[in-house]
Amino acid sequence: MRRHQPGRILPSQITPEAVYLNRRQLLAAAVASGALAASTIATLPAQAEDLAPPPDPRLKFTRNAKYSVNVAPTGFKDITHYNNFYEFGTSKDDPAANAGTLRPQPWHVTVDGECASRGTYAFEDLIKGLPLEERIYRFRCVEAWSMVVPWLGVQLSGLIQKLKPTTNAKYVQFVTLMDPKQMPGESSAILQWPYVEALRMDEAMNPLALMAIGLYGRQLPNQNGAPLRLVLPWKYGFKGIKSIVRISFVATQPRNTWNISAPDEYGFYANVNPHVDHPRWSQATERPIGKGLFAARQPTLMFNGYENEVAYLYKGMDLRRDF
Amino acid sequence: MKAELQYRYFYKPAVFVASLAPAALLLCGALGWFGQDLGADPVAKLLHSCGKTGLNFLLLTLLVTPVRRLTGLSNLVRLRRMLGLFAFFYLVAHFTVYLVLDQQLDYHSVLQDIVKRPYITIGFTALLLLVPLAITSTNRMMRRLGRRWQKLHRLIYLIVILGVWHYWWQVKKDIRQPLLYVAMVAVLLGFRLVVHLLNRARAARNAGPVTSTSAPATVRERT
Repeated sequence: MRRHQPGRILPSQITPEAVYLNRRQLLAAAVASGALAASTIATLPAQAEDLAPPPDPRLKFTRNAKYSVNVAPTGFKDITHYNNFYEFGTSKDDPAANAGTLRPQPWHVTVDGECASRGTYAFEDLIKGLPLEERIYRFRCVEAWSMVVPWLGVQLSGLIQKLKPTTNAKYVQFVTLMDPKQMPGESSAILQWPYVEALRMDEAMNPLALMAIGLYGRQLPNQNGAPLRLVLPWKYGFKGIKSIVRISFVATQPRNTWNISAPDEYGFYANVNPHVDHPRWSQATERPIGKGLFAARQPTLMFNGYENEVAYLYKGMDLRRDF
Repeated sequence: MKAELQYRYFYKPAVFVASLAPAALLLCGALGWFGQDLGADPVAKLLHSCGKTGLNFLLLTLLVTPVRRLTGLSNLVRLRRMLGLFAFFYLVAHFTVYLVLDQQLDYHSVLQDIVKRPYITIGFTALLLLVPLAITSTNRMMRRLGRRWQKLHRLIYLIVILGVWHYWWQVKKDIRQPLLYVAMVAVLLGFRLVVHLLNRARAARNAGPVTSTSAPATVRERT
């Protein structure tokens, strides 16, 4: 799994996208000794993020049409500048402003628990051999706004098969990096850190579940959960845990961060459901991001429109109780 | 007389223009002027900005009396009505954004929200309570209502508490900002409570049985 081919350039040897994108910050660090710093940053052009940058030619992927919605994606700037990622602050624009401290390369993921392939893997090795796909998914936040995102990733089921879970594995748990130096938001006790999320094994094996490593044909920007994050389009966005450093196969249902924080407001399943309101606001409709001041709210769809693909997972369950 | 002119021709117009600045900024954002924008979710931005600005003006209105007391700048009261009306202006805008842009005039959904969602019930109640205060803010109404005017306008204490409560309850998790508002309201209302208790104690002392005839009437100026 980790054999090195001499003629091949390892992804980690390429200048990481994040470093490239954060060049302004590196520049700032280089001149931080003087008052010069401020003036240098101020005079650098700021239009880089405004348009969708071209796809990264080093990433080879195919569009999965079967699992893509036929809707124009939300703009690159909105997807990368309107984020909930409390590890970098609680405002929507905090992650884009503060995520420069995250170092997504090199990156290692520890795999443990009920599986045969326990160990610590380099990020590149973890996803090696799995087909990279682009999938355009609807994204629905529990706060009742929505986007359409062209994700780049590998099907989670393929990754899990590679890790060879045993029959004792009933749930798979994911953990975000815990490092307040890289993730300054972890210094304040807004949530219990590190962020954790989990899925039932059958949910994780559903073909819609994606381990994303990019969007708009490029590596994930830090603020979107670099270098790897979950994308579960039929669930509220907070299930899509970001910047994952641990995958554990476990026998009993783990609790997830938002459920620990407010059990009456956020459940384990967090399936998008227009009929089950958040205790404080309605989930019947959503505001599409990036459509301007006069865009109408849209009706929210059951399982965010993925009912045909995932409804069987929850057959016989009371979705009001197991929200 | 000099103070009156100063206020009429300088302070009042200056405060009026400054109070319109948040609205002007939002308008520029909506129209894309001067490089301003309202971000990825412009409706939410307008909604929250108007609400927050309205709350800020409520606090400013309540700040007038303590500052007058502590600094002796008694003419500041001439600005109070304007600050209160700006609070009303921004909170009406807040509700209008919710009604027109967010809910797209879906009255059924709005009514459901007001009935079913406690934080909206609270916010809507606060806005309704502001209406009689705005209506009775004219000199004529002040004269007509006399002493009852002050009683009616003490509703502002309840309104500001409801407003902060409304803010607190719609925040998802990070309550540091609402907590700050709770602290500010506690200080502003606490000041009045202390003044009230001191006045009462002084009145009780002065109304002692021996010197009952010479007890000076306490000049109370509760606002």
